[in-house]
Amino acid sequence: MALKATPHITQNEALVFERSQTGRRGYRLPALDVEETPLDELLPAELRRDDDLEGVPELSEPDVVRHFTRISTWNYNIDLGLYPLGSCTMKYNSRLNERVARIPGFANLHPLAPEEDAQGALEVMYKLQQHLSEITGLAGVSLQPAAGAHGEMTGVMMIRAFLDARDGARVEGKPSRNVMLIPDSAHGTNPASAHLSGFTVKTIRSTPEGLTDLGHLRELCASGDVAGLMLTNPNTCGIFERNIREICRIIHDAGGLVYMDGANMNALVGVARPGDMGADVIHLNLHKTFSTPHGGGGPGSGPCCCTSELEPFLPVPRITKEGEQFRLDLDRPQSIGRVKAFYGNFGMHLRALAYTLTHGNDGLREATEAAVLNARFIAHGLADTFDKPFDSPPMHEVLFTDKRQTRKGVHTLDIAKRLIDYGFHPMTIYFPLIVQGAMLIEPTESVGRAELQQFVDAMKEIAREAVEDPDKVLNAPHTTRIGRLDEATAARKPVLRWKPAEKSATA
Amino acid sequence: MRYIPNSPEERQEMLRGLGLGSPEELFDSIPADIILREPLRTPAALSESELLEAFEAMAAKNTAARRPNFIGAGAYTHYAPTIVDSLIQRSEFFTAYTPYQPEISQGTLQAIFEFQTLVCQLTGMDVANASMYDGSTAMAEAVLMAERVTRRSRVLVSGAVHPEYMQVAETYVAHAGIELQRLDCDEETGRTTLDAGALDKSVAAVVVQSPNFFGCVEGLKTFADKVHAAGALLVVVVTESASFGLLRSPGACGADIVVAEGQSFGVPVSFGGPYVGLFATREQYARQIPGRLAGIAYDKEGRRGFVLTLATREQHIRREKATSNICTNEGLIALAATIYMTTMGRAGLQEVAAQCAQKAAYARKQIAALEGFSLPHSAPVFNEFVVRAPVEAKGLLRKLADEHNVTGGLALSRYFPDRPNDFLVCVTETNKRADVDALVSGLKQVQSSRLKVQS
Repeated sequence: MALKATPHITQNEALVFERSQTGRRGYRLPALDVEETPLDELLPAELRRDDDLEGVPELSEPDVVRHFTRISTWNYNIDLGLYPLGSCTMKYNSRLNERVARIPGFANLHPLAPEEDAQGALEVMYKLQQHLSEITGLAGVSLQPAAGAHGEMTGVMMIRAFLDARDGARVEGKPSRNVMLIPDSAHGTNPASAHLSGFTVKTIRSTPEGLTDLGHLRELCASGDVAGLMLTNPNTCGIFERNIREICRIIHDAGGLVYMDGANMNALVGVARPGDMGADVIHLNLHKTFSTPHGGGGPGSGPCCCTSELEPFLPVPRITKEGEQFRLDLDRPQSIGRVKAFYGNFGMHLRALAYTLTHGNDGLREATEAAVLNARFIAHGLADTFDKPFDSPPMHEVLFTDKRQTRKGVHTLDIAKRLIDYGFHPMTIYFPLIVQGAMLIEPTESVGRAELQQFVDAMKEIAREAVEDPDKVLNAPHTTRIGRLDEATAARKPVLRWKPAEKSATA
Repeated sequence: MRYIPNSPEERQEMLRGLGLGSPEELFDSIPADIILREPLRTPAALSESELLEAFEAMAAKNTAARRPNFIGAGAYTHYAPTIVDSLIQRSEFFTAYTPYQPEISQGTLQAIFEFQTLVCQLTGMDVANASMYDGSTAMAEAVLMAERVTRRSRVLVSGAVHPEYMQVAETYVAHAGIELQRLDCDEETGRTTLDAGALDKSVAAVVVQSPNFFGCVEGLKTFADKVHAAGALLVVVVTESASFGLLRSPGACGADIVVAEGQSFGVPVSFGGPYVGLFATREQYARQIPGRLAGIAYDKEGRRGFVLTLATREQHIRREKATSNICTNEGLIALAATIYMTTMGRAGLQEVAAQCAQKAAYARKQIAALEGFSLPHSAPVFNEFVVRAPVEAKGLLRKLADEHNVTGGLALSRYFPDRPNDFLVCVTETNKRADVDALVSGLKQVQSSRLKVQS
């Protein structure tokens, strides 16, 4: 007889829909305390649902708690250990900040409450704006964008609006300057955001040193149609663009503006400021540099900071202070408009302000130093084992490739999967795109020396295995509840939702 | 700094190990003339207790957070079972990244798959994504998607769509070659009017919110028929997701894209965010959908798992040709909504919706009976409705807050200067009968004291 028992039930948790049992309940509401109006008087039947929410699960409260607790244990997380995703800045998410965000005076505050009754919330946003302005060296700040890419879109739309205001009418219905320059090493959101803002994207080559090619930049600028440049600094190879002043000068001389992608600000806070480098507008990722939790894919927050010249173009409403009163200011005729309902991801603003206040000005710099030091420690530890495509000393993240391991057929993906068996989350892989077999490692400041050494040791061990026992690496991971998943079939025949068995059979 | 594990002494040793003398040398690749020489002019560090005191003091200034509240208009106060916030605070959920490594992210991926399914069930659609930033940006993305699907460039948007959603859409389409055209609202019914003449072959989509900004439930089926006859898409916007428990689903009414604000599902109003945008569509448009999608995949042993899929739509592969620039979305808030929907379940979602509608009906009757107050719109409502006061609404609501400690609604003059006396009242299952009675008696007293002053 076949075994009927399910082995390892916590590892084989079904979907909530499969767990559902008719009649189970996980909630209780207070009894209705008003006279009931017959439904037909409230709403005619044709406006009401008639499917009784078929398929929506029915579970008790312990069922729900067990379900989500079980599936949660299948996730790696920062609290468990090093999460060295390059350009993602997976640093410690303080519990204190979670507590701050849940203070009832903030959590229960309606966004459309009269501003005189919401002064504390406006004060939080105003103070955070001041801190971000000081950190970036840029005068204007809007906290409205909900994530990094949203901040990029906001920033490049501001560039568009600024140029239109400066250069006047469009030529044949098109803006005269329509080209946004983006390095080939950039994050994919950069060209996508530029496109959404109506720009044509032209790609700048990188030099063999992993820096922006100044010659190519000058050549592209000579065409006269350059609206701006989107540049990440330190760039996605983890290297500081040491010619940044010159790069900004070339763009400015060509009549364009410089957008800096602030994804890598964890290398710079308290040490150098984008405004001093010549950047005109930048977004910050509060969910990276300012430690608001990443939540398995958001919520983020992508404030936009800009020069005083660009400030009139920031999204509305702006937060202003008149005397001791904070106000929402909508009267900004040159503004690009609103990019989100209400004022941004306020819960993330609270956490970010708690971050800057907990660190203090000296602690902010200390975190930057510790983050860069940790990246250097890894760079040093792995230099003899893995190919490092660029010589420059890395900032807060370090780039290696799989070049030395490919001889035995082991590639970056395999190394990443094998790292899981050693108890680490893999690094960012195959990014930046310009480096074949890229492995981008960002330890952040939130990890101690011993664990860094364990990571270095694990990477060296994998390198040894790649030579002596490549199959072990090629078939990794060996210790997870499931193996590598067939993503190609998943994309070819997508199943994107659960359906009851009898329906899926006919679908 | 207590969040940095390595002590200053350990860091000194590490520096020496790298052949460096001081932390400043870590930044040698930055030109000297842009190195910051002075400390940042931000405050000195606070201890944990000082920090909490500072935030409690600011929170205390948010007087509106302590009053019974009757404002909705895109953000709704509902009861959230305790386990929602408790479960999302598990380290495994809130300190995880986007699930790029599926073998060690199955918890997040399975939860996304469950979220997508629940969104499909409630909206009556075939496919839903892993979430958008919020309802407003979801609507803007729906407009862009309608253009991609139909290759047409005009979009008609109901004048009864949330005004801030409309503003966001205007920003998003400013450079997309899409023309947004506003549809009028019938003043008597409070519903959107759609003349057949407005629909021609250049119209990509018609966007309608239901219940609309004024609380009125739109006749979506009628819209769907007209819109489809013109070869356009019907985009339905929902700001109050609790309504899914009672109202006919947009999918059942013929919607092609449904976007919604999911904040009602267990997420605090939190001064406007973070919330979660729901985005659902029909099967044939799955490859045009913006944002992330989780799907089923199997390993070599045939074990079921979940992965992010159809990534060729996305910015990290397609760059400027992607369906959207969105990357980070609202994962943890989508999880909160998933836990909420699962806990409330089939019965709870319907009971919450029914209580909202019943309590709103009670409030409507009481307010309509007040001398001088009227309900200008005749269409059926869910839990929100417009009240026309005999006086300017903003001042009335101010007095109501100051003298009767109740936030009585939203003065429509905030968005519609030509409607000075109208205000929008929202009632949910969290508003007790006593709160409604206090609102009604407060309105009565403020009005009668005004009449006394006049006489």
